[in-house]
Amino acid sequence: MIFPNSLATTYNDKVVRQFAVMTVVWGVVGMLVGVIIAAQLTWPELNLGISFLSYGRLRPLHTNAVIFAFGGCGLFASAYYVAQRTCHVRLFSDKLAAFTFWGWQLVILSAAISLPMGFTEGKEYAELEWPIDILITLVWVSFAIVFFGTIGTRKVKHIYVANWFFGAFILAVALLHLVNSAAIPAGYMKSYSAYAGVQDAMIQWWYGHNAVGFFLTAGFLGMMYYFIPKQAERPVYSYRLSIVHFWALIFTYMWAGPHHLHYTALPDWTQSVGMVFSLILLAPSWGGMINGIMTLSGAWHKLRDDPILRFLIVSLSFYGMSTFEGPMMSIKTVNALSHYTDWTVGHVHSGALGWVGLVTMGSMYYLIPRLFGQKKMHSVKAIEIHFWTATIGIVIYIAAMWIAGVMQGLMWRAINADGTLTYTFVESVKATFPFYVLRLSGGLLYLIGMVIMLWNTIMTATSGRSVTVTIPAPVAPAHA
Amino acid sequence: MDILYLLVPLSVILVFFILGGLWWAIYRGQFEDIESEGERILKDS
Repeated sequence: MIFPNSLATTYNDKVVRQFAVMTVVWGVVGMLVGVIIAAQLTWPELNLGISFLSYGRLRPLHTNAVIFAFGGCGLFASAYYVAQRTCHVRLFSDKLAAFTFWGWQLVILSAAISLPMGFTEGKEYAELEWPIDILITLVWVSFAIVFFGTIGTRKVKHIYVANWFFGAFILAVALLHLVNSAAIPAGYMKSYSAYAGVQDAMIQWWYGHNAVGFFLTAGFLGMMYYFIPKQAERPVYSYRLSIVHFWALIFTYMWAGPHHLHYTALPDWTQSVGMVFSLILLAPSWGGMINGIMTLSGAWHKLRDDPILRFLIVSLSFYGMSTFEGPMMSIKTVNALSHYTDWTVGHVHSGALGWVGLVTMGSMYYLIPRLFGQKKMHSVKAIEIHFWTATIGIVIYIAAMWIAGVMQGLMWRAINADGTLTYTFVESVKATFPFYVLRLSGGLLYLIGMVIMLWNTIMTATSGRSVTVTIPAPVAPAHA
Repeated sequence: MDILYLLVPLSVILVFFILGGLWWAIYRGQFEDIESEGERILKDS
Protein backbone atom coordinates (compact mmCIF):
# COMPACT_ATOMS: atom_id res chain seq x y z
CA MET A 1 0.00 0.00 0.00
CA ILE A 2 1.38 3.41 -0.99
CA PHE A 3 0.76 6.26 1.41
CA PRO A 4 0.80 9.81 0.05
CA ASN A 5 3.65 10.83 2.33
CA SER A 6 6.00 8.32 0.72
CA LEU A 7 5.54 10.08 -2.64
CA ALA A 8 6.44 13.50 -1.25
CA THR A 9 9.82 14.90 -2.27
CA THR A 10 10.26 17.31 0.63
CA TYR A 11 10.30 17.07 4.42
CA ASN A 12 7.58 18.61 6.56
CA ASP A 13 9.67 21.08 8.51
CA LYS A 14 6.84 23.52 9.14
CA VAL A 15 5.59 21.67 12.20
CA VAL A 16 9.17 21.16 13.42
CA ARG A 17 9.77 24.90 13.08
CA GLN A 18 6.59 25.72 15.01
CA PHE A 19 7.42 23.35 17.84
CA ALA A 20 11.07 24.49 17.96
CA VAL A 21 10.14 28.16 18.34
CA MET A 22 7.50 27.39 20.96
CA THR A 23 10.05 25.32 22.91
CA VAL A 24 12.06 28.50 23.44
CA VAL A 25 9.00 30.66 24.17
CA TRP A 26 7.55 28.21 26.72
CA GLY A 27 11.02 27.76 28.20
CA VAL A 28 11.10 31.45 29.11
CA VAL A 29 7.53 31.35 30.48
CA GLY A 30 7.99 28.17 32.52
CA MET A 31 11.32 29.26 33.99
CA LEU A 32 9.94 32.70 34.80
CA VAL A 33 7.16 31.08 36.84
CA GLY A 34 9.86 28.96 38.48
CA VAL A 35 11.78 32.06 39.50
CA ILE A 36 8.59 33.67 40.83
CA ILE A 37 7.76 30.71 43.06
CA ALA A 38 11.38 30.46 44.21
CA ALA A 39 11.03 34.09 45.30
CA GLN A 40 7.72 33.27 47.03
CA LEU A 41 9.40 30.52 49.03
CA THR A 42 12.02 33.03 50.11
CA TRP A 43 9.59 35.90 50.78
CA PRO A 44 6.06 34.49 51.23
CA GLU A 45 4.58 38.01 51.09
CA LEU A 46 5.09 37.80 47.32
CA ASN A 47 1.86 35.79 47.18
CA LEU A 48 0.40 39.33 47.40
CA GLY A 49 -2.74 37.88 48.92
CA ILE A 50 -4.06 37.10 45.46
CA SER A 51 -5.38 33.55 45.22
CA PHE A 52 -4.27 32.87 41.64
CA LEU A 53 -0.75 34.07 42.43
CA SER A 54 -0.37 31.81 45.44
CA TYR A 55 2.45 29.29 45.54
CA GLY A 56 0.12 26.27 45.59
CA ARG A 57 -1.40 27.27 42.26
CA LEU A 58 1.73 28.57 40.55
CA ARG A 59 3.89 25.59 41.42
CA PRO A 60 1.93 23.12 39.22
CA LEU A 61 1.89 25.81 36.55
CA HIS A 62 5.70 25.91 36.70
CA THR A 63 6.11 22.12 36.52
CA ASN A 64 3.55 21.74 33.73
CA ALA A 65 5.07 24.60 31.76
CA VAL A 66 8.66 23.39 31.92
CA ILE A 67 7.95 19.67 31.54
CA PHE A 68 5.07 19.56 29.09
CA ALA A 69 5.30 22.93 27.33
CA PHE A 70 9.09 23.48 27.10
CA GLY A 71 10.17 19.83 27.22
CA GLY A 72 7.10 18.59 25.33
CA CYS A 73 7.47 21.01 22.42
CA GLY A 74 11.18 20.15 22.26
CA LEU A 75 10.33 16.47 22.09
CA PHE A 76 7.68 16.96 19.39
CA ALA A 77 10.11 19.05 17.33
CA SER A 78 12.98 16.62 17.59
CA ALA A 79 10.90 13.44 17.20
CA TYR A 80 9.36 14.84 13.99
CA TYR A 81 12.71 16.08 12.70
CA VAL A 82 14.74 12.97 13.56
CA ALA A 83 12.11 10.52 12.28
CA GLN A 84 11.99 12.27 8.89
CA ARG A 85 15.76 12.70 8.54
CA THR A 86 16.62 9.14 9.56
CA CYS A 87 13.79 7.49 7.61
CA HIS A 88 14.12 9.63 4.44
CA VAL A 89 10.38 10.18 4.26
CA ARG A 90 7.93 13.01 4.91
CA LEU A 91 5.82 12.94 8.07
CA PHE A 92 2.96 10.47 7.75
CA SER A 93 0.23 13.12 7.82
CA ASP A 94 0.63 16.88 7.56
CA LYS A 95 -2.88 17.50 8.88
CA LEU A 96 -2.49 15.32 11.94
CA ALA A 97 0.94 16.83 12.59
CA ALA A 98 -0.60 20.31 12.47
CA PHE A 99 -3.32 19.09 14.82
CA THR A 100 -0.70 17.89 17.32
CA PHE A 101 0.88 21.35 17.26
CA TRP A 102 -2.29 23.37 17.75
CA GLY A 103 -3.81 20.78 20.09
CA TRP A 104 -0.70 20.78 22.27
CA GLN A 105 -0.66 24.59 22.43
CA LEU A 106 -4.32 24.48 23.46
CA VAL A 107 -3.46 22.00 26.24
CA ILE A 108 -0.74 24.37 27.46
CA LEU A 109 -3.05 27.37 27.29
CA SER A 110 -5.78 25.52 29.21
CA ALA A 111 -3.20 24.60 31.85
CA ALA A 112 -2.05 28.21 32.09
CA ILE A 113 -5.63 29.31 32.73
CA SER A 114 -7.09 26.47 34.78
CA LEU A 115 -4.18 25.88 37.20
CA PRO A 116 -4.03 29.46 38.58
CA MET A 117 -7.84 29.35 38.87
CA GLY A 118 -7.38 26.40 41.21
CA PHE A 119 -8.71 23.57 39.04
CA THR A 120 -6.63 20.49 39.81
CA GLU A 121 -6.88 16.74 40.11
CA GLY A 122 -4.30 17.02 42.88
CA LYS A 123 -1.93 14.54 41.24
CA GLU A 124 1.64 15.73 40.85
CA TYR A 125 2.60 16.25 37.18
CA ALA A 126 -0.95 15.17 36.23
CA GLU A 127 -2.91 18.06 37.73
CA LEU A 128 -4.95 18.96 34.66
CA GLU A 129 -8.68 18.31 34.96
CA TRP A 130 -10.50 15.69 32.92
CA PRO A 131 -11.59 17.74 29.86
CA ILE A 132 -7.92 18.72 29.31
CA ASP A 133 -6.91 15.10 29.91
CA ILE A 134 -9.17 14.07 27.04
CA LEU A 135 -7.57 16.66 24.75
CA ILE A 136 -4.12 15.39 25.75
CA THR A 137 -5.22 11.87 24.83
CA LEU A 138 -6.41 13.01 21.38
CA VAL A 139 -3.19 14.89 20.69
CA TRP A 140 -1.09 11.99 21.92
CA VAL A 141 -2.88 9.41 19.76
CA SER A 142 -2.35 11.70 16.75
CA PHE A 143 1.32 12.05 17.70
CA ALA A 144 1.62 8.25 17.78
CA ILE A 145 -0.08 7.92 14.38
CA VAL A 146 2.18 10.54 12.80
CA PHE A 147 5.35 9.15 14.36
CA PHE A 148 4.77 5.43 13.83
CA GLY A 149 3.23 6.10 10.42
CA THR A 150 6.44 7.86 9.45
CA ILE A 151 8.56 4.98 10.76
CA GLY A 152 6.28 2.48 9.02
CA THR A 153 6.65 4.19 5.64
CA ARG A 154 10.42 4.71 5.96
CA LYS A 155 12.73 4.42 2.97
CA VAL A 156 15.69 3.31 5.07
CA LYS A 157 15.53 -0.26 6.29
CA HIS A 158 17.25 0.28 9.61
CA ILE A 159 15.37 2.20 12.30
CA TYR A 160 17.91 4.55 13.87
CA VAL A 161 18.28 4.10 17.63
CA ALA A 162 16.93 7.58 18.45
CA ASN A 163 13.59 6.54 16.94
CA TRP A 164 13.35 3.57 19.30
CA PHE A 165 13.71 5.95 22.23
CA PHE A 166 11.09 8.33 20.81
CA GLY A 167 8.76 5.39 20.10
CA ALA A 168 9.09 4.00 23.63
CA PHE A 169 8.50 7.48 25.04
CA ILE A 170 5.29 7.94 23.03
CA LEU A 171 3.84 4.53 23.89
CA ALA A 172 4.80 4.61 27.56
CA VAL A 173 3.44 8.11 28.11
CA ALA A 174 0.14 7.07 26.49
CA LEU A 175 -0.16 4.12 28.87
CA LEU A 176 0.84 6.15 31.94
CA HIS A 177 -1.57 8.96 31.13
CA LEU A 178 -4.51 6.63 30.55
CA VAL A 179 -4.02 4.62 33.74
CA ASN A 180 -3.13 7.48 36.11
CA SER A 181 -5.69 10.00 34.87
CA ALA A 182 -8.61 7.57 35.12
CA ALA A 183 -11.20 9.60 37.02
CA ILE A 184 -14.93 9.96 37.53
CA PRO A 185 -16.08 13.41 36.38
CA ALA A 186 -18.18 15.25 38.95
CA GLY A 187 -18.91 18.39 37.00
CA TYR A 188 -17.40 20.35 34.18
CA MET A 189 -13.99 20.95 35.83
CA LYS A 190 -14.09 18.52 38.75
CA SER A 191 -13.36 14.83 39.03
CA TYR A 192 -12.43 12.12 41.49
CA SER A 193 -9.58 9.68 40.92
CA ALA A 194 -10.63 6.13 40.08
CA TYR A 195 -8.30 4.97 42.87
CA ALA A 196 -8.30 5.74 46.58
CA GLY A 197 -5.82 6.03 49.43
CA VAL A 198 -2.56 4.15 49.15
CA GLN A 199 -3.75 2.54 45.89
CA ASP A 200 -3.95 6.00 44.41
CA ALA A 201 -0.50 6.85 45.79
CA MET A 202 0.97 3.74 44.20
CA ILE A 203 -0.62 4.52 40.82
CA GLN A 204 0.42 8.16 41.10
CA TRP A 205 4.10 7.33 41.64
CA TRP A 206 4.06 4.50 39.16
CA TYR A 207 3.00 7.29 36.80
CA GLY A 208 5.22 9.95 38.33
CA HIS A 209 8.47 8.10 38.15
CA ASN A 210 7.79 6.56 34.78
CA ALA A 211 7.03 10.05 33.51
CA VAL A 212 10.59 10.87 34.62
CA GLY A 213 11.78 7.70 32.94
CA PHE A 214 9.97 7.91 29.66
CA PHE A 215 9.09 11.57 29.18
CA LEU A 216 12.18 13.16 30.73
CA THR A 217 14.68 10.39 29.99
CA ALA A 218 13.81 8.17 27.02
CA GLY A 219 12.53 11.03 24.88
CA PHE A 220 15.55 13.23 25.56
CA LEU A 221 17.91 10.28 25.02
CA GLY A 222 16.41 10.12 21.53
CA MET A 223 17.48 13.75 21.11
CA MET A 224 20.91 12.97 22.53
CA TYR A 225 21.54 10.02 20.17
CA TYR A 226 20.80 12.14 17.13
CA PHE A 227 22.01 15.65 17.89
CA ILE A 228 25.32 14.78 19.61
CA PRO A 229 26.62 12.74 16.64
CA LYS A 230 25.33 15.38 14.22
CA GLN A 231 26.87 18.31 16.07
CA ALA A 232 30.14 16.45 16.72
CA GLU A 233 30.13 15.11 13.15
CA ARG A 234 31.08 11.70 14.47
CA PRO A 235 29.00 8.53 14.81
CA VAL A 236 27.87 7.58 18.30
CA TYR A 237 30.80 5.98 20.20
CA SER A 238 29.30 2.48 20.18
CA TYR A 239 26.13 1.92 18.21
CA ARG A 240 25.98 -1.57 19.71
CA LEU A 241 25.99 -0.10 23.22
CA SER A 242 23.23 2.34 22.28
CA ILE A 243 20.99 -0.59 21.40
CA VAL A 244 21.83 -2.39 24.64
CA HIS A 245 21.16 0.91 26.44
CA PHE A 246 17.70 1.15 24.92
CA TRP A 247 16.52 -2.37 25.66
CA ALA A 248 18.07 -2.49 29.13
CA LEU A 249 16.48 0.82 30.06
CA ILE A 250 12.96 -0.03 28.96
CA PHE A 251 13.06 -3.55 30.41
CA THR A 252 14.04 -2.28 33.86
CA TYR A 253 12.36 1.11 34.23
CA MET A 254 8.75 0.39 35.14
CA TRP A 255 9.15 -0.44 38.85
CA ALA A 256 11.21 2.39 40.27
CA GLY A 257 8.12 4.37 41.35
CA PRO A 258 7.68 2.99 44.90
CA HIS A 259 10.89 4.77 45.99
CA HIS A 260 8.73 7.92 46.17
CA LEU A 261 6.72 6.21 48.93
CA HIS A 262 9.40 4.96 51.32
CA TYR A 263 8.20 4.68 54.94
CA THR A 264 4.56 5.25 53.98
CA ALA A 265 1.51 2.98 54.13
CA LEU A 266 2.82 1.18 51.03
CA PRO A 267 3.81 -2.43 51.93
CA ASP A 268 7.45 -2.65 52.95
CA TRP A 269 8.32 -5.22 50.28
CA THR A 270 6.88 -3.00 47.54
CA GLN A 271 9.11 -0.17 48.74
CA SER A 272 12.10 -2.53 48.61
CA VAL A 273 11.20 -3.62 45.08
CA GLY A 274 11.17 0.05 44.08
CA MET A 275 14.57 0.57 45.68
CA VAL A 276 16.13 -2.47 43.98
CA PHE A 277 14.85 -1.49 40.55
CA SER A 278 16.08 2.06 41.09
CA LEU A 279 19.56 0.74 41.88
CA ILE A 280 19.53 -1.50 38.80
CA LEU A 281 18.81 1.56 36.65
CA LEU A 282 22.26 2.94 37.38
CA ALA A 283 23.76 0.46 34.91
CA PRO A 284 21.88 1.32 31.70
CA SER A 285 21.87 5.02 32.58
CA TRP A 286 25.62 5.21 32.93
CA GLY A 287 26.10 3.00 29.87
CA GLY A 288 24.20 5.56 27.84
CA MET A 289 25.90 8.52 29.46
CA ILE A 290 29.39 7.13 28.76
CA ASN A 291 28.35 6.23 25.21
CA GLY A 292 27.21 9.79 24.53
CA ILE A 293 30.26 11.48 26.05
CA MET A 294 32.71 9.08 24.40
CA THR A 295 31.24 10.03 21.03
CA LEU A 296 33.70 12.91 21.32
CA SER A 297 36.64 10.58 21.87
CA GLY A 298 39.45 11.73 19.62
CA ALA A 299 37.69 15.04 19.01
CA TRP A 300 37.70 16.61 22.44
CA HIS A 301 39.11 19.81 21.00
CA LYS A 302 35.68 20.50 19.49
CA LEU A 303 34.44 21.30 22.99
CA ARG A 304 36.84 24.23 23.08
CA ASP A 305 35.13 26.32 20.45
CA ASP A 306 31.69 24.81 19.93
CA PRO A 307 29.26 26.04 22.61
CA ILE A 308 26.41 23.89 21.22
CA LEU A 309 28.45 20.75 21.72
CA ARG A 310 29.27 21.96 25.21
CA PHE A 311 25.54 22.22 25.99
CA LEU A 312 25.05 18.65 24.81
CA ILE A 313 28.04 17.11 26.55
CA VAL A 314 27.52 18.93 29.84
CA SER A 315 23.88 17.83 29.76
CA LEU A 316 25.16 14.26 29.73
CA SER A 317 27.39 14.86 32.72
CA PHE A 318 24.34 16.13 34.61
CA TYR A 319 22.46 13.06 33.38
CA GLY A 320 25.26 10.94 34.84
CA MET A 321 25.20 12.87 38.11
CA SER A 322 21.47 12.69 38.63
CA THR A 323 21.20 9.03 37.59
CA PHE A 324 23.84 8.27 40.22
CA GLU A 325 22.24 10.47 42.86
CA GLY A 326 18.74 9.07 42.17
CA PRO A 327 19.54 5.43 42.93
CA MET A 328 21.50 6.52 46.03
CA MET A 329 18.49 8.51 47.28
CA SER A 330 16.22 5.55 46.63
CA ILE A 331 18.14 3.50 49.23
CA LYS A 332 15.82 3.49 52.23
CA THR A 333 18.37 4.60 54.80
CA VAL A 334 19.50 7.51 52.63
CA ASN A 335 15.89 8.32 51.84
CA ALA A 336 15.13 8.50 55.56
CA LEU A 337 17.35 11.57 55.58
CA SER A 338 16.59 13.05 52.18
CA HIS A 339 12.83 12.58 51.83
CA TYR A 340 10.66 15.71 52.15
CA THR A 341 13.78 17.91 52.23
CA ASP A 342 15.08 20.30 49.58
CA TRP A 343 17.67 17.69 48.61
CA THR A 344 14.91 16.12 46.50
CA VAL A 345 14.27 19.50 44.87
CA GLY A 346 18.00 19.81 44.16
CA HIS A 347 18.10 16.32 42.67
CA VAL A 348 15.12 16.99 40.41
CA HIS A 349 16.64 20.22 39.16
CA SER A 350 20.03 18.67 38.55
CA GLY A 351 18.14 16.38 36.18
CA ALA A 352 15.71 18.99 34.88
CA LEU A 353 17.96 22.03 34.44
CA GLY A 354 21.14 20.05 33.84
CA TRP A 355 20.05 17.15 31.70
CA VAL A 356 16.66 17.95 30.13
CA GLY A 357 17.21 21.70 29.87
CA LEU A 358 20.72 21.70 28.46
CA VAL A 359 20.16 18.83 26.00
CA THR A 360 17.02 20.58 24.71
CA MET A 361 18.76 23.93 24.37
CA GLY A 362 21.72 22.33 22.57
CA SER A 363 19.41 20.46 20.20
CA MET A 364 17.36 23.59 19.49
CA TYR A 365 20.55 25.57 18.80
CA TYR A 366 21.37 22.88 16.23
CA LEU A 367 17.86 22.87 14.75
CA ILE A 368 16.74 26.50 14.67
CA PRO A 369 19.31 27.89 12.20
CA ARG A 370 18.74 24.93 9.87
CA LEU A 371 14.97 25.40 10.01
CA PHE A 372 15.38 29.03 8.95
CA GLY A 373 17.92 28.44 6.20
CA GLN A 374 20.86 29.75 8.20
CA LYS A 375 24.28 28.22 8.73
CA LYS A 376 24.39 29.09 12.42
CA MET A 377 22.53 31.06 15.07
CA HIS A 378 22.51 34.86 14.78
CA SER A 379 25.08 35.14 17.57
CA VAL A 380 27.42 32.31 18.55
CA LYS A 381 28.79 34.53 21.30
CA ALA A 382 25.29 34.64 22.82
CA ILE A 383 25.17 30.82 22.85
CA GLU A 384 28.46 30.91 24.72
CA ILE A 385 27.07 33.38 27.28
CA HIS A 386 23.90 31.31 27.59
CA PHE A 387 25.98 28.22 28.27
CA TRP A 388 27.88 29.83 31.12
CA THR A 389 24.89 31.56 32.76
CA ALA A 390 22.93 28.30 32.61
CA THR A 391 25.76 26.13 33.93
CA ILE A 392 26.70 28.49 36.76
CA GLY A 393 23.00 28.87 37.58
CA ILE A 394 22.54 25.11 37.88
CA VAL A 395 25.60 24.67 40.07
CA ILE A 396 24.46 27.41 42.47
CA TYR A 397 20.93 25.98 42.50
CA ILE A 398 21.81 22.38 43.23
CA ALA A 399 24.61 23.13 45.68
CA ALA A 400 22.24 25.37 47.69
CA MET A 401 19.58 22.66 47.72
CA TRP A 402 22.03 19.92 48.69
CA ILE A 403 23.23 21.87 51.70
CA ALA A 404 19.69 22.97 52.62
CA GLY A 405 18.35 19.42 52.23
CA VAL A 406 20.96 17.66 54.33
CA MET A 407 20.69 20.40 56.94
CA GLN A 408 16.90 20.06 57.12
CA GLY A 409 17.14 16.26 57.32
CA LEU A 410 19.64 16.45 60.17
CA MET A 411 17.66 19.12 62.03
CA TRP A 412 14.40 17.17 61.77
CA ARG A 413 15.95 13.98 63.15
CA ALA A 414 18.04 15.62 65.91
CA ILE A 415 16.84 14.44 69.33
CA ASN A 416 17.75 15.64 72.81
CA ALA A 417 18.91 13.26 75.54
CA ASP A 418 15.39 13.24 77.00
CA GLY A 419 13.87 12.15 73.67
CA THR A 420 12.37 15.49 72.64
CA LEU A 421 13.08 17.09 69.27
CA THR A 422 16.03 19.47 69.28
CA TYR A 423 14.55 21.80 66.67
CA THR A 424 11.04 22.96 65.89
CA PHE A 425 10.06 22.78 62.22
CA VAL A 426 10.04 26.52 61.85
CA GLU A 427 13.66 26.68 63.03
CA SER A 428 14.61 24.54 60.04
CA VAL A 429 12.64 26.86 57.75
CA LYS A 430 14.48 29.85 59.17
CA ALA A 431 17.84 28.14 58.73
CA THR A 432 16.98 27.45 55.08
CA PHE A 433 16.43 31.13 54.23
CA PRO A 434 19.94 31.91 52.88
CA PHE A 435 19.82 28.81 50.68
CA TYR A 436 16.46 29.89 49.27
CA VAL A 437 18.07 33.22 48.33
CA LEU A 438 20.94 31.33 46.67
CA ARG A 439 18.54 29.04 44.84
CA LEU A 440 16.62 32.04 43.58
CA SER A 441 19.80 33.60 42.21
CA GLY A 442 20.78 30.32 40.51
CA GLY A 443 17.33 30.07 38.95
CA LEU A 444 17.47 33.69 37.88
CA LEU A 445 20.76 33.09 36.07
CA TYR A 446 19.24 30.10 34.31
CA LEU A 447 16.24 32.23 33.26
CA ILE A 448 18.52 35.00 31.96
CA GLY A 449 20.26 32.41 29.77
CA MET A 450 16.89 31.36 28.39
CA VAL A 451 15.93 34.96 27.62
CA ILE A 452 19.22 35.34 25.70
CA MET A 453 18.25 32.22 23.77
CA LEU A 454 14.85 33.72 22.93
CA TRP A 455 16.51 36.88 21.64
CA ASN A 456 18.97 34.82 19.59
CA THR A 457 16.11 32.72 18.19
CA ILE A 458 14.08 35.78 17.17
CA MET A 459 17.14 37.34 15.49
CA THR A 460 17.91 34.08 13.65
CA ALA A 461 14.31 33.56 12.57
CA THR A 462 13.72 37.12 11.37
CA SER A 463 16.95 37.31 9.38
CA GLY A 464 16.32 33.89 7.84
CA ARG A 465 13.45 32.39 5.92
CA SER A 466 11.45 29.17 6.09
CA VAL A 467 13.25 26.66 3.90
CA THR A 468 12.00 23.45 2.34
CA VAL A 469 14.46 20.57 2.40
CA THR A 470 14.42 17.93 -0.34
CA ILE A 471 14.45 14.29 0.66
CA PRO A 472 17.60 12.52 -0.63
CA ALA A 473 16.93 10.18 -3.56
CA PRO A 474 16.86 6.52 -2.51
CA VAL A 475 20.15 4.74 -2.96
CA ALA A 476 20.00 1.19 -4.29
CA PRO A 477 21.03 -1.22 -1.52
CA ALA A 478 24.53 -2.63 -2.01
CA HIS A 479 23.43 -6.25 -2.08
CA ALA A 480 20.56 -5.80 -4.55
CA MET B 1 -2.83 -3.37 47.92
CA ASP B 2 -5.36 -4.47 45.34
CA ILE B 3 -3.78 -2.07 42.91
CA LEU B 4 -0.86 -4.49 42.49
CA TYR B 5 -3.31 -6.87 40.80
CA LEU B 6 -3.47 -4.25 38.07
CA LEU B 7 0.12 -3.02 38.04
CA VAL B 8 1.96 -6.35 38.25
CA PRO B 9 0.05 -8.04 35.39
CA LEU B 10 0.41 -4.83 33.41
CA SER B 11 4.18 -5.00 33.85
CA VAL B 12 4.24 -8.67 32.81
CA ILE B 13 2.22 -7.90 29.69
CA LEU B 14 4.54 -5.00 28.98
CA VAL B 15 7.63 -7.19 29.30
CA PHE B 16 6.16 -9.61 26.75
CA PHE B 17 5.34 -6.66 24.52
CA ILE B 18 8.93 -5.38 24.78
CA LEU B 19 10.25 -8.91 24.15
CA GLY B 20 8.07 -9.00 21.04
CA GLY B 21 9.65 -5.73 19.88
CA LEU B 22 13.15 -7.05 20.49
CA TRP B 23 12.26 -10.30 18.69
CA TRP B 24 10.90 -8.35 15.71
CA ALA B 25 13.99 -6.16 15.56
CA ILE B 26 16.40 -9.09 15.67
CA TYR B 27 14.61 -11.30 13.13
CA ARG B 28 13.88 -8.43 10.74
CA GLY B 29 17.61 -7.85 10.47
CA GLN B 30 17.62 -4.52 12.29
CA PHE B 31 20.90 -5.34 14.00
CA GLU B 32 22.91 -6.66 11.06
CA ASP B 33 25.90 -4.49 10.31
CA ILE B 34 24.93 -2.06 13.03
CA GLU B 35 28.11 -0.05 13.37
CA SER B 36 27.65 1.36 9.84
CA GLU B 37 24.14 2.53 10.82
CA GLY B 38 25.64 4.98 13.28
CA GLU B 39 27.56 6.64 10.45
CA ARG B 40 24.67 6.82 8.04
CA ILE B 41 22.93 9.71 9.79
CA LEU B 42 26.00 11.90 9.36
CA LYS B 43 25.49 11.94 5.58
CA ASP B 44 22.01 13.50 5.71
CA SER B 45 21.28 17.20 5.76
